[in-house]
Amino acid sequence: MVYIAMATGFILILMGLYGALTNSNILRMIISFTIANTGVNVVLVAVGYMHGRTAPILNNAVSVAEASARIIDPVPQALVLTAIVIGLGVTSLMLAYAYKLFVTKGTLDIAKFTELKW
Amino acid sequence: MVKRLTVSLLLVALGLIFTALLLGYTPDSELNQSGRYYAEHTAQDIGAANIVTAIIVTYRGLDTLGEVTVLFLTATIIGLVLKQEQRKHTSKQAQSDSSSELLSTGSRLLIPLILVMGAYVFVNGHLTPGGGFQGGAIIASATLLMLLSDPMRRFSHRLIAIIESISGLFFVLIGLMGIFWAGGFLDNRILSIGEFGSLFSAGAIPIIYSFIGLKVGAEFSSMLVSLSETENS
Repeated sequence: MVYIAMATGFILILMGLYGALTNSNILRMIISFTIANTGVNVVLVAVGYMHGRTAPILNNAVSVAEASARIIDPVPQALVLTAIVIGLGVTSLMLAYAYKLFVTKGTLDIAKFTELKW
Repeated sequence: MVKRLTVSLLLVALGLIFTALLLGYTPDSELNQSGRYYAEHTAQDIGAANIVTAIIVTYRGLDTLGEVTVLFLTATIIGLVLKQEQRKHTSKQAQSDSSSELLSTGSRLLIPLILVMGAYVFVNGHLTPGGGFQGGAIIASATLLMLLSDPMRRFSHRLIAIIESISGLFFVLIGLMGIFWAGGFLDNRILSIGEFGSLFSAGAIPIIYSFIGLKVGAEFSSMLVSLSETENS
């Protein structure tokens, strides 16, 4: 189970990077980056998973006394919550800049932006 | 062709690294030290049923303050980057593409429900899966629905900014109160911890998370509004 989730995450990272490196349309690159971002999050959550344990919420099902034997690691989940929010901020910034580039150049093809080419 | 080959080689190498990582990984059978500390101490120290919330709002509250600041900066930069376009085109707002009857009536029914759902999620963040960021995202989805049903609608940037800055200010003020009346910055024990598992428990966590929810909702809404005002406006 952990291995499947982790392999999925790694494959998503590779797919995202492949898309970001081979596509020349900026919007497609942004979508590829979000796919890679999702892959990183899946891998991080999978690291915290332990077989046969439950979510880190204490209620009738998991009492306070047996918490440390019954719950999965809460730290990666807190990290991923932060990572998701920051990822959304990065994506929206990329979209805003892509719009701005489209307004200045009239195209979203990265090959047409030759100012920084050497 | 050369480029595609280089990219493929690079990704194959990265894939080999990932495979090695995956094959060498053995899942823990025990919680590690920090995880065990949180599992054993959250209930009596913080009083929150959701341990992830206790970590985010109290144990690592300073990180969350930084995270909210990053979001605020993002929303500000997007507003700044997209600002000049709005001013240029404000004259031709008159074009009317009204949305369908189904969408506009349905959104009138759904928007209050979505807002209540968002408030529920961030008020119950210390008891159930959820919290300020998730609730804020749900509230922003109500804004998105409003924008979809009426693309020409103009939101008051001033109102969004006021909600955003007031909730941010109260978040920091509650954190500062922790220095004087409890153990340190963002300590939740300025209010009594209360009965474990009830709505009014876990000290200041529900209040802090509500302000985070409002702030995140306002920030996401301002991003959506800024992005939507660029197109055909």
